Formats: sequence, structure tokens, C-alpha cells
Amino acid sequence: MFYSPVRTNAAEVAKSDKLHLFRYVEDPEQVKIEKFEEHGGYVAWKKVLTEMEPVQVIDEVKNSGLRGRGGAGFPAGLKWSFVPKDSPKPRYLCCNADESEPGTCKDRVLMERDPHAVIEGMAIASYAIGCHQMFIYIRGEFAHCADRMEKAAKEAYEHGHLGKNIYGSGFNLDMVIHTGGGAYICGEETALLNSLEGERGMSRIRPPFPAVEGLYACPTIVNNVETLASVPHVINHGADWYKSLGTEKSSGSKIFSLSGHVKRPGNYEVELGFPLKKLIYDEDYGGGILGDKKLKGVIPGGSSTPFLTPDMIDINLDYESLVEGGSMLGSGAVIVFHEDTCIVWIIKRLTHFYRHESCGKCTPCREGTAWLEKLINRIEDGQGKPGDVEKVEEICGNILGHTVCPLGDAAVMPILSTLKLWRDEWQYHIDYGKCMVKTDFEFK
Amino acid sequence: MILTKESVNKIREKLQQYPKPKSAILPALTVAYRQAGYVDEGIYKEISKIINVTTVEIAEAATFYTLFAKEPRGKYLIQVCHNISCALLGADSLIGYLQEKLNIKIGETTEDKMFTLVTVECLGSCSTAPVMQINQDYYERLTKEKVDQVLEDLRSKA
Ligand SMILES: Cc1cc2nc3c(=O)[nH]c(=O)nc-3n(C[C@H](O)[C@H](O)[C@H](O)COP(=O)(O)O)c2cc1C
Ligand code: SF4
Ligand code: FES
Repeated sequence: MFYSPVRTNAAEVAKSDKLHLFRYVEDPEQVKIEKFEEHGGYVAWKKVLTEMEPVQVIDEVKNSGLRGRGGAGFPAGLKWSFVPKDSPKPRYLCCNADESEPGTCKDRVLMERDPHAVIEGMAIASYAIGCHQMFIYIRGEFAHCADRMEKAAKEAYEHGHLGKNIYGSGFNLDMVIHTGGGAYICGEETALLNSLEGERGMSRIRPPFPAVEGLYACPTIVNNVETLASVPHVINHGADWYKSLGTEKSSGSKIFSLSGHVKRPGNYEVELGFPLKKLIYDEDYGGGILGDKKLKGVIPGGSSTPFLTPDMIDINLDYESLVEGGSMLGSGAVIVFHEDTCIVWIIKRLTHFYRHESCGKCTPCREGTAWLEKLINRIEDGQGKPGDVEKVEEICGNILGHTVCPLGDAAVMPILSTLKLWRDEWQYHIDYGKCMVKTDFEFK
Repeated sequence: MILTKESVNKIREKLQQYPKPKSAILPALTVAYRQAGYVDEGIYKEISKIINVTTVEIAEAATFYTLFAKEPRGKYLIQVCHNISCALLGADSLIGYLQEKLNIKIGETTEDKMFTLVTVECLGSCSTAPVMQINQDYYERLTKEKVDQVLEDLRSKA
């Protein structure tokens, strides 16, 4: 069955007693339930179900400091505690496997290579919130991941980890594997829920928040694949252990997807607080810049996060440091580009993407991204008029903070950061009618 | 009837998993699309009968999602990622190469109806860029040599 050739640091992870997500991802047998169990799989699930109360599970995850790995970094246990205790309605858990933020390709590896770890994490979260039917929403393009998850779920049923009266505890849990239709916006949790209900994938106005009124208007928790896959390790090793990893406010480990102009692109699991420079340059990680060229910039957390210039990359990869350093951790997708890259050309790509993916619900995003695309294409093409750069800035300002969901902000934050950091290069396009650096990447 | 018995059964099976039938729209479209290579009014009607949701509701959802082609395409749909990580590693040049090799432009289908070429947004395969997806399969870390090989294999398989 299909298996991405992506590079991981599984060998390093196996030597560490702190990292766990990638421990077995280079073992082709790990997808089978026997191997997963042999490696200690479903032990946490059994422990939770037979020895712990739901509230204890929530407290454990709260105390561990585990935060969402899907982009916003919201504390997982705290989110779970928002599910109303007294609601007579069913509760739902949705694992967000829409993975579409440009640069991000980590959840896919977990689903392809360690699908049972995802199921185990989902099961524990379900128990914690009192859910008996859990969903995983997988982006439609990942057909092979859906197949793999289907197969793993079937095995989990056969081995008594899912289904009725699990481990004789009286707890029932079913799993549904759902695939999407190719829309980035469906990764946004309320659009995801609409999509799961068979509607167009458009964001909902909050409040109500999903934890109170989500899927079918019932209390629902949406968590990222990696967040959930981290949960069994919290249970196995304890909240204190997890809290001891990473930094004070960003505990645990995280997978970073490294892409672009580096010698060794790949997915690397490291403790939060890992130095960005080391990830890019160290022989065991990125290995430095392609062709030993000069670094021009880094997008540290996926295409929606503000850019960094080389003098800003002496920074650690944790939620707080990145905000302090002018950007965001986001989904942990580190995109690197070297000196031969035109900054407006990058923005042109990204703006096309956000315009294409805008769900159309609110005017500033729908109209604004369309205007931006037109203007930016014109500028990049050397046809920009004096005042165009200012116009781009103005439109960005009209979108920022004025939209129903964060996609609008996601579209403009990268633009605004480049207007600040590479203003001269934007202006050059207007003054000289061409790019300052000609971008022409040959594939060989 | 376009949908085969097997597809109908798969859709029925999916339907049973959801608390509400509308949720089966996307899974049903997925099954239909995987079988037929496209979806249209006729297929919406067939799905409507199986899951008991109106054709209008199905069409409304289907038209939102770009994954489901609304008309038949070549036997092999080549989807090349043109988003940032792939673009940094030569996606444009890859697209040019494919256009030249297949002698078609983006959005077109070869005369023998074998290949349709389209560009798509990030495929979630950025650390193995440049990337393309042909029907359900991913092809990663592409080189000219690999592209030649893949096309040749597909041609000889047909
Ligand atoms: C436009 C947009 C796209 C998003 N895409 C994803 C995604 O693909 N995967 C994901 O886990 N979260 C995505 N998110 C974040 C989710 O809305 C949500 O915060 C997350 O799934 C919560 O899980 P976590 O707390 O475990 O991170 C996206 C958000 C926005 C605004
Ligand atoms: S910000 Fe954009 S994507 Fe989000 S709801 Fe508004 S139009 Fe839709
Ligand atoms: S940018 Fe091409 S796969 Fe992500």
C-alpha cells in the first residue's frame, strides 16, 4: 500500500526518551495492529477506560500543557472541559485531518504510518468528553490515508478497542472515516462541521462555539491529528513528564514540516523550543540552504504566518518565542527560500491560493482577496502603477480583523509582513516595471 | 444508471454510519467520483434515491467542492501542485514540461482521452516537492526522468 517517501527523523526519535510521535514511523509493520500493540499501543486507552474517570483524563491533559497542533495552539484539556457536563445531547469528537495549509504535511505521515496512534488518541479524547461516535475528517486528496484509517479502524474493532462494551467497561465507541472534497476552508473547524453535515464548507459565526453547539448542534470537540496522537503519550508517561518537555508554556514535542530551499526537506519531531536555525542548518535536519545560496527568508508556521528575514531567525520554535519574534508557530510548517526568490512572486502564489479558497461568506474576504490578487498580479508582472503598493496595504487593512473566520487574516498577515520587511522590493516593481530578482526555478 | 451495484452498496454502507443522511452526501459523491471520474445531475439523482436527500441539496454541496469534476476527463487526471513549496522547487517548470510532453495546455485533455492536465493547490506533500497526483496516487520528489517513467508506465498499462 502507498507510503510517502518523505524523510523523517525516526532514528533520532527512537534514541530519545522524550520524543514519541515518530518513534515507529519508519517501521513498515507499524500500521498493523499486532505491531502497534507490541509497541505499547492501546495501553493508554485501556488504562483510561478501566482506571480513570473522564474528568481525570481532562485534568491530566490540562496539566500536561498540551496545546493544539492544528494552528491556533489552544490548550487541549481546557477545550475539552468546555463541553457542558449536563447536556442531554450526544457529544462528538472530530479529528481534523484536512491538512491543507501550504507547507504542512505532517498529519499525513501519522495517518499513513501510525494510524492506530491516531485512533487511540481519538478514543481517549472521546471518553474524556463523553462521546460515543467519533469522526475523522480527512481531506479528499488523501484517499490512501482514508483507506489506511478504514483498515486500522476495522482492526481496532476486531481487537476489541472499538465497538460495544470496550474492555468490559460498558463504554461504547464507534468511528467514522469521512473524506472531504478539496477545500482548504474545511480545515477551519466550523466549516469542517458544516461539511461533515453535508453542507457547503462555509464557516459559521461564533459563538456558539463547537464545544457547546457543533456537529448537528451538539457539543463537539475538534482537534488536530497530531494533537490527538500526542494524547496517549501524555497518559502513558503522565502530565508532569509531558510538562517537563519543551518550554514552560509550550510543553511537549511537535512535528515540523520543513520544505522549500533546504538540502534535507522532511518532517522532524523535536521538543518545542527547538532553535529554528538548527532546524534549517544542522546536518541532521535541514542541512543548510540548497546550492549553498544565501538565505532570504523563512515562513515559520505555514503560509498563513508572517515571514522572517535572516536576522530574525535566531529564534526558538515555541508558541511564545515566535509571537515575540513577529510571527506564529501555526501548523509548524517551515518554508525556506533563498536569495533567488522574488518576494512579490511568493505573495502572488499565496494570494491566488487564498482567493481561490475563500468560502465567500463575508465580503471583506471574498472581495478583498479578489482585488488583492488582481493588484498583486499586476505588480509582479511589472505593470504596477504608483500607489499600488499602498493600495495593497489598504485592502489588507480592510480585511484584517473584519472577517467571520481567520482565513481573511491568514491571507493578509503574510502580505503585510513582506510589505514591512521587503518594502524596497515591492517598490522596485513599481519603479522599474520588473522583479528585483528573477525567479526561475528549474526542475531537473 | 451510471453507478454500479458495488458503488450503490458502498454508499448504503456509508449512509448507515451517520446520524443524519445529509452527511452521506460527500461520501456518496466520493464513491461516485472514484467510480465514474466525474459527477453530474444524473448522478445526483441516483444518489438522491439511495440516501433520500434532495437532488438540489446534493448539487448544492457538489458544486462547492472542487475535487469532484463535473464532466468526464481523461483516463488519467494529472494534478500538479503549484503552491509555494512546490513552486520553490520548480513546479512551473514541471508544468511547462508536462504541457510540452503531452502537447496540451492546463485544463486540456489529450486527443486520445488518456491525460487531462490541471494545476491544484497544496497537496499536503510539501517536503517531497515537486508533487503531482494522478487520479488517487501521489508522485513525489519529481524529476524529468521520473515524470517520463510515470507517463510511460501509465500509457503501457492502458
Ligand atoms: C482557514 C483555516 C484552515 C485550517 N486548516 C486546518 C487543518 O487543515 N488542520 C487542522 O488541524 N486545523 C486547521 N485549522 C484550525 C482549526 O480551525 C482548529 O483550530 C483546529 O483543528 C483545532 O485543533 P487543535 O486545537 O488540536 O489544533 C484551520 C483554521 C483555518 C482558519
Ligand atoms: S473570512 Fe473568508 S473563508 Fe472565512 S468566512 Fe469569511 S469569506 Fe469565508
Ligand atoms: S506546496 Fe505543493 S504539496 Fe504543499
